This record gives sequence, C-alpha cells and structure tokens, in this order.
Amino acid sequence: MIEMITEMFSYSFMVHAIVAGLFLSLCASLLGVSLVLKRYSMIGDGLSHIGFGALAVASAANLAPLGVALPVVVVAAILLLRLSGSGRLKGDSAIALISTSSLAVGVLAVSLGRGTNIDLNSYMFGTILSVSESDMCLSVALSAVVLAVFALFYHRIFAVTFDEIFAKASGIRAGGYNMLLAVLAAVTIVLGMRLMGALLISALIVFPPLTSMRLFRSFRGVAVSSAILSVVCFFIGICISYTSDAPAGASVVVVNLGAFLLFSAVAFAAGRLCARRTGKGSLKR
Amino acid sequence: MPQIECTGVSLAYERGVVLRDLTFSVERGDYLCVVGENGSGKSTLAKALLGLKAPLAGRIVFDESLRRRGIGYLPQQSADRSDFPASVWEVTLSGRAARLGLRPFYNRADKEAAMQSLRRLGIEELQKQPCASLSGGQRQRVLLARALCAGDGLLLLDEPVAGLDPTAAAEMYAVIRELHQSGTTVIMISHDLAGALRDATTVLHLHHEPLFFGPKTEYLKSGLCRGLSGEGAAYD
Repeated sequence: MIEMITEMFSYSFMVHAIVAGLFLSLCASLLGVSLVLKRYSMIGDGLSHIGFGALAVASAANLAPLGVALPVVVVAAILLLRLSGSGRLKGDSAIALISTSSLAVGVLAVSLGRGTNIDLNSYMFGTILSVSESDMCLSVALSAVVLAVFALFYHRIFAVTFDEIFAKASGIRAGGYNMLLAVLAAVTIVLGMRLMGALLISALIVFPPLTSMRLFRSFRGVAVSSAILSVVCFFIGICISYTSDAPAGASVVVVNLGAFLLFSAVAFAAGRLCARRTGKGSLKR
Repeated sequence: MPQIECTGVSLAYERGVVLRDLTFSVERGDYLCVVGENGSGKSTLAKALLGLKAPLAGRIVFDESLRRRGIGYLPQQSADRSDFPASVWEVTLSGRAARLGLRPFYNRADKEAAMQSLRRLGIEELQKQPCASLSGGQRQRVLLARALCAGDGLLLLDEPVAGLDPTAAAEMYAVIRELHQSGTTVIMISHDLAGALRDATTVLHLHHEPLFFGPKTEYLKSGLCRGLSGEGAAYD
C-alpha cells in the first residue's frame, strides 16, 4: 500500500492531480454545505454542463479553454441565481433547459471541430492527465480564497443559509453572500471539471454535506465533517483510479457514495440503539 | 413620540397595489394585533416595517430608541426548514450576526445576549440540542430568542402560533404576554383571533386598506371581527 502511494507520488502528473483535487474537493464541500441547504444543488449541475459547453467550444475554436470557460460560467452562476429567485421562468426548468442545451452545443462543437485533438470522453468523465502545474496552483489559490471567505464570514453565511428573510430583515446583505458563494462555486466547477468530468463534478459539491447530515446535527459539525470527508474520499478515489485505471471522476463519486451509505447505516443503527435504550421512539414534548 | 408612525403608506408588488393609504402608530408598550383575510397585506406590511419593501407612497418613521435597539422579527414558519442541521445555540446566536460589522467572530457581549434570550424564554437547557429534534413549540421559542437577540426594542411576530397544537399555542401566547408585560412592544400578525385578541391593546384590521385601527375594546364593539371569524364570539 505504502509502495503504491509512494509510486503514485513519483509521477508529477499524479502530484498535480492529487493536490488540485484535494483542494478543489475541500472548496466544493464547504460551498456545498450552504448550496445544498439553500436548495441550490441543481445549480451546481447546471453550471458544470455550461462549463462543458464553454470548454468544448473554446477548444474547438482554438481559444484558451479556461479563459473562455471561467467568465462564461461565472456569469451563468449569477444569472441562474437570479432566475431561481425571480420565479417567472421557474428555476429548475430553466436549469434543465440551459444544461441540456450547453451539453448539446459542446458535443456538437467537439464533433464538428474535427481538426483539433479533443477527447470527448475525458471532458465528460475527467482524466487524471488533464491537470497542469498552473491548474494546480490555481486550485490552491482558490482554496485559500474559499477558506478565507468561510473563516471571515462563517456566521453571516450561516445566518443567510438558515433563514435568508430573517438575515435580510436584520440588515445582512444576503444577496451579496449568495452571489459570492455562487461565483466561488462556478470557479471551483470550472477548475475541477477536467479532472472529475463535467457530468460528475457537481457530486463534489453535493455528496459531502448530504453524507455529513446523516450523522451531524449542528451546522459546524456538518461543515467540518464535509471538509474532512471530501478530502478523504477524494484521496481514496484517486488511489482506486490509479490502481485500476478507472476514470478519476467516477472512482471519487463511488467512494463518496460508499461514505454516504456508511454514514446512513451508522445513523440508522445509532437511532435504533437509542430507541431501545430509552424504551420509546423519538418522543417530543 | 410613537415608536412607529405610519402615514399614508401604500405598498405594491408588480401585480398591483396591496395596501393603500395606511395610517397608524405604535406606542411603546403597545400590543398591536394585525388581522385580516389572506392576501390583505399583513405580511407585506411586516416587510415594509422591516425595511425589506419600500413604500410606494407615504412614510414610516421609527423613533430614536427603536432605531438603536432594533426590531426582533419572528418570520412565518415553513415546515421544510425543520430538519436543518443547526443547534439551538447556533440559531439563537445568529440573531446577532447583523451586529458583527467588520468582526469575523462573536464577542462576549453577543454570547451574553444570546444566553439572556435563552433564559428569558426558559430554554437555557436546550442550548446544545439540534433544532430538528425539538417540538414545534420549542422551535418557536428558539426563533423568538433569536428575534430578541436581533432587536429588543420591539417584537414583530408573523403568525407565531401557526401549526402549533392548542397547548403549545397557549404556552407561546403566555411567553409573549410575559415579554410584553416586561415592557417589550409587540406587533403580532395573526389569523388566530381568539388567542391574539386576548392580550392585545390595539388592533389593525387590513383589507387592502385599513378597515380599522384603534383600541381593542372599540374593535370588539364593531362588527369586523365577526366577519373574520364567522361567529359572534366574545374575545374578552
């Protein structure tokens, strides 16, 4: 096992992928706590499809992929957030429309741009080989920003996530914090998309908080657990991908699924144990 | 000077005017009950008082002490937040979030204020409990504690007993009565006429325009509460 890990780290592309992935998982999970609890999970999925479309079109047109994808996805995040708030074009149907269209446009761009060397599979499902040194540095920098935002604004983010109306009424600029979280999520998704794949990157946002909520019942508990869980699951997933040659994205998501099932089982067992000991079900006053 | 003075206020959404020409005032120590049918503009008025909605016309003026101490708001509850992972302490303390300013963390004053609120509402021992495991009545007390943390100049309660069983509702009214008797001004928006009117001192009956504003005794003499409740019940 140790030899496998040392061998893994001897390849620079693996080091890039692991470092970038660990930091991106951390960002995604922290942002995910707020996004999931505010019922914005589908926005992550929508953004990843838009990102795929943007990346594919950029590559087919021989433009810098990140240079095109980042602004497009950030603007999309801001617009999607507005849409889910306004209610005129219902949020979830708008996301469905935009997601499928972006995916289709991206696939067409790749298949029509036949002169270029783009592998559709690696865009959709991710590849370990895709992470350059600059990507890795960008991921670490993004992490620093997300961690700083969480450290400085934790209590306000909690207030806005728990009860946006109350937060606004007491004077907190809820709209600003929502926008900040959405933009950071957009950047995380674009940076993580080539490693995890456009179809699976949103799992990094959604799984850790949902898993943590099986066992932890305070916001701080869920946040800390999500962060640790995301990093551990990513590392295990990468090891599996490395040893079995399976796509990185799928391996990481399957490990996350395993963690979710494990936490659910523990919660269920703990609940039964508690009920048996107190001799009654969950009795409320 | 009244704590809140509303003069000729009109409120509208895109689809039209919701409240027209509203004039009323709230003095310190009042217990104002805002009643009216669904869609009569009660919650819109709450939003305007909280600064979440600018009036189309008219003015709302708050006195100095209210601006300093702030309004404690208890929003109308929706069922789907009941499983949110948060402890009683986290929720109560979040009432102080707006006062953080540039500070990233709560200080001792914030934590003292939160403890005080929990004590006032008799839920100190629930501090570490997750909100999801509380009963409806307990959860409302936690949100009331949060409201007090945010502002104790005046309490604005939007349907505080909605969804509570009769015992829990009675306890909630008792808690609000105690807070009122200790000097807190209360504005309560409610469908529960019987419960709300019991302790109220003044009543505002809305129906897109104010149908009534004045002392409770006058309101009971008018036929209006009968229209809302559908019976000639006595509310004393």
